[in-house]
Amino acid sequence: MTGSGVVLRLDAITKRFGSLVANDDVTLELHQGELLALLGENGAGKTTLMNILFGHYTADSGSVTAFGRLLPPGHPRAAIAAGIGMVHQHFALAGNLSVIENIIAGTERMFRWRSDQSKARAKLAEISDRFGLRVDPDARVGDLSVGERQRVEILKSLYRDARILILDEPTAVLTHQEAEKLYETLRAMAQKGLSLIFISHKLHEVLAAADRVTVLRGGKVVAERRAGDTSKDELAELMIGRRVARPVRDKREPGPVVMQATATSIVAGGTAKLSDISFELHAGETLGIIGVSGNGQATLGQLVCGLARPTSGRFELLGQAVVSPSPRRFVSAGIGRIPEDRNANGAVGEMSVWENAVLERIRSPRFSVAGLVRRAAGRTFAQTIIDRFDVRGGGPDTPIRLLSGGNMQKLILGRSLETTPRILIAAQPTRGLDEGAVAAVHEEILAARRAGAAVLLISEDLDEILELADRVQAIVKGRLSPSVPIGDADPRRLGLMMAGVWQEAA
Amino acid sequence: MMRLERRPDIPLSLALSAPIGAVVVSLALAGILIAAAGAPVWEAYQRLFLGAFGSRLAVTETLTRTTPLILTGLAAAVAFRARLWNIGGEGQFYVGALAAAALGSEAGLQLPGYALVPVLMIAGAIAGAILLLVPLLLRLRFGVDEVVTTLLLNFVAVLFVSMMIEGPVKDPMAFGWPQSVPIVGDAILPKLVLRSRLHIGLLVGIGLAILTWIVQSRTVFGLESRAAGLNPRAAAFAGVSLKRILMTIACISGGFAGLAGAIEVMGVKGYVTTDLSPGFGYTGIVVAMLAELHPVGVIVAALFVATLFVGADGMSRALGVPSFIADVIVSLSLLTMLVALFLSNFRIRR
Amino acid sequence: MDALYIFASVGLWAAILRIATPLIFGTLGALMSERAGVLNLGIEGIMTFGAMIGWLTVYHGGDLWLGLLAAAVAGGVFGILHALLTVPLGLSQHVTGLGITLFASSLSYFIFRLCVPVSGTPPTIVPFQVLHIPGLSDLPFVGEAVFRQTAPTYLAVILALVLAYVLARTPLGLAIRLVGENPHAAESQGLDPIRIRIGAIIFGSSLMGLGGAFLTLSAFNSFFPTMVQGRGWVSIALVVFASWRPERALLGALLFALFDAYQLRLQQIVGKAVPYQVFLMIPYLMSIAALLVMARRARVPQALMQPFRRGER
Repeated sequence: MTGSGVVLRLDAITKRFGSLVANDDVTLELHQGELLALLGENGAGKTTLMNILFGHYTADSGSVTAFGRLLPPGHPRAAIAAGIGMVHQHFALAGNLSVIENIIAGTERMFRWRSDQSKARAKLAEISDRFGLRVDPDARVGDLSVGERQRVEILKSLYRDARILILDEPTAVLTHQEAEKLYETLRAMAQKGLSLIFISHKLHEVLAAADRVTVLRGGKVVAERRAGDTSKDELAELMIGRRVARPVRDKREPGPVVMQATATSIVAGGTAKLSDISFELHAGETLGIIGVSGNGQATLGQLVCGLARPTSGRFELLGQAVVSPSPRRFVSAGIGRIPEDRNANGAVGEMSVWENAVLERIRSPRFSVAGLVRRAAGRTFAQTIIDRFDVRGGGPDTPIRLLSGGNMQKLILGRSLETTPRILIAAQPTRGLDEGAVAAVHEEILAARRAGAAVLLISEDLDEILELADRVQAIVKGRLSPSVPIGDADPRRLGLMMAGVWQEAA
Repeated sequence: MMRLERRPDIPLSLALSAPIGAVVVSLALAGILIAAAGAPVWEAYQRLFLGAFGSRLAVTETLTRTTPLILTGLAAAVAFRARLWNIGGEGQFYVGALAAAALGSEAGLQLPGYALVPVLMIAGAIAGAILLLVPLLLRLRFGVDEVVTTLLLNFVAVLFVSMMIEGPVKDPMAFGWPQSVPIVGDAILPKLVLRSRLHIGLLVGIGLAILTWIVQSRTVFGLESRAAGLNPRAAAFAGVSLKRILMTIACISGGFAGLAGAIEVMGVKGYVTTDLSPGFGYTGIVVAMLAELHPVGVIVAALFVATLFVGADGMSRALGVPSFIADVIVSLSLLTMLVALFLSNFRIRR
Repeated sequence: MDALYIFASVGLWAAILRIATPLIFGTLGALMSERAGVLNLGIEGIMTFGAMIGWLTVYHGGDLWLGLLAAAVAGGVFGILHALLTVPLGLSQHVTGLGITLFASSLSYFIFRLCVPVSGTPPTIVPFQVLHIPGLSDLPFVGEAVFRQTAPTYLAVILALVLAYVLARTPLGLAIRLVGENPHAAESQGLDPIRIRIGAIIFGSSLMGLGGAFLTLSAFNSFFPTMVQGRGWVSIALVVFASWRPERALLGALLFALFDAYQLRLQQIVGKAVPYQVFLMIPYLMSIAALLVMARRARVPQALMQPFRRGER
């Protein structure tokens, strides 16, 4: 397959955002019928590169050639016309429109009195058959599952006769099993002559699926390997550029139960968000909740953070049933909380670092008296966190939005840990952070556990769970699997659990 | 290709130059209209300034106009900061005015003078607050966007006032004109300057603006409501009750607008008609935006807008330019202010 | 009994279409813009300006159709202003729209005052006359009730049906809907969300201008300030009531006009027993009720009021 003609060539692409060099003299070739993996950490410049290729961004210098023709920069239409299709990580679909509408929009001449749907349907059916991508053309996209939506995204490109397909982190939202199936489909597509690039930071996927791997680091191509000629270790080192000392978890005897759910359900807006979930959280242990995002983690996070009331079942905190939860009550009971989405839930971007540090305990006498804010106390508190947790990029009065993701997360972690919580809730604590920040956050979580705190870790990252958790439960469609000691868990078994197959996994 | 980049920090000089730039551009654009009306532009603006500040009487008139605008401006500023789109200032102004007029009349409350004035002010504020709580509850309970409901309720409120002053509180001595019975002497606000219309309402407005500033910058409620306005989800996560904040904000915002109506009745007119307000409620939105929602800035912005309105009358008399030019300048300055704010928040890079 | 008898009068039914016409134009205008994802609260002012400029054109000797054209063009110009501020600049659609309303209304008053000196009786023009359709207009009852309208009314009804078809069945309509649902999806399909949004706003605004012009060129024969009387805001409410669909917008406007026409006649029967203001409040309260009923049910365009910036998601 490889070795045949070059279908796509990116030549010496450089792109700067202000002082940041996102792509530095990147050169890349894709051959006919090849499945190329673009490997790199968050922030390595993978997505920027693909956005340049597709014309969403314009490169500062360099050129893109597809099928021997130079693409004009900054024109998605030209990229589409040249046969390039892109499947974004966040699907670009309209939930209220039907599958066929999503696919044919923009493909016909705009000013026609009638759109020719019957012809479109025939073509779509033909493509679906050829590549085994089945989906009902009249279904409302909002009603489809995540996997089906991804199929629609791929079909959108194929419908436009794409011969080069770019997929940005295609498995980020899929289960282990769904991901394997997707790669099977992609391989089949390559065999039928399509050429594909997929972006990933998951080593095992890259090794299993790709023909060739290009590693990007700090905006530069640092290596190219044939998948057969490399190893996980080598790729990891190439991707990160150094060996990162991973914090190690020590063995501990769990203490008493500090948080417990017994057949707890939450129904909101007429749908069950959590169904009969049960878990026990002990002092001094880390309980991992693994699952593909969108399976009820958000609601579980709300429950344990004091934002949602159980509809039925029992939910106990420190031995007492929770009747009317409130975030403030949870915080003063000694629960540290790291929300799933730090920008949306964790911080008010326009407010200063110190205001964000004290907001969740503003009514405690430490930070306010008679309704007036004790600003000096707030600033001191923020400075303590900044010093202890090594938050860089600003002082107490800096607007928090100016901090980088990692530093913002350290501040959020710090405001929870500074007061030595008895329970730490960490929801997706390292999402979108680079390797160095990940290690720092992991170290703090382990330190909290060492200090005797109970940690509830909600994550979709297998490696994170394997590294930090003592026990693990999977969350699938609002249900929780029974708990499994981490010693008995491996990626395959966790993958099955995340797919909802609990019995076979046991 | 041009890119927009968000400024990391907005320096104070830039924050101040935004409204000034907006006003200058608006005056320049309105100059075209003045020229089209056949008047010399420079002289027109001189006349405008003299009309507003040229005599002791003019100054007191301008300040009298400033008073309700401070309050309706605060009403909008407080609400917008919490992302409560209160466009109902006009209606709240009228029900506040009606409440003060009805309770302050001969047949109303029988209270001694020192108690009557504050009670009537509070009554006006409560009436305004209730008129805003209705759309807020519709939003919280049913998810109805408050922009349209507050707008529609403006018409309902004015019709309600019209119904009242032609019915229960009609003044029988007004030769059939639809107006309410006058308030009693004790309810009339003391004058600030003798032989003028300027009354102590101005001090009330300024005092409330400063008080609002202190509450916003120093209190727990201020911090929480700022968080709720900037990022409701993060505020809720931190334990701020959005509902409670919004309800309180609605009471304050509607209260300010209602108070504006009450004070206009007690300080200037002495009774209610359906032309009591030349759009004070709507203009309050412009005032708030020009002030970048800052309560102390509202005082300055209100003075500016009042200057235009009072001055335009003088200009109109002298040069025959329709006095609607004031409304044009005010509305233009809202649009230019939006652009100016945008430009001060972002910078363009190539 | 009298209250029910109203329904049997031809006058009521003939009035419905007349009352509905400005609302149909206004609602369609707001709807087209919102379908592409942009709320246009400039509607009240644009209708006022349309009413003024349409009337002024005819007053200065222009043809009635030229008056309509002037209103549509003027509406489009305000649409360009709203579009530039809200789409490429991404400014608050709420505040910008209100600014447009304040600007367009005050400019209307200014221009009107400049061109027409103050006088005791407002000057008038000869408005659109009833368009006689051979056959249909002569039908008993139905002819009088439905087919004795002025030309702009027929135009409004036809426009609603055409737009319903365009949105549902043509590539252009699909593109507009996609931009209103997810502009990033549209972009990835090679459509230009910014141009489509700007186009939809301009088109919608010119319809708003037409709605205003109907008031001075057909319903009445003179212009006076505040004559739009909240019809723009009512239109915004009707868009929600119509679930953003032109055919339902037509229905909603007619239903609304039915109530309005009915209350006008009921007022005459009830007389002094109920203050007339109560009846005048009804349209506004009905709009709020319409919002209440539909608020949670309507399928809102998902990207409504969300600014779109290229490359940001």
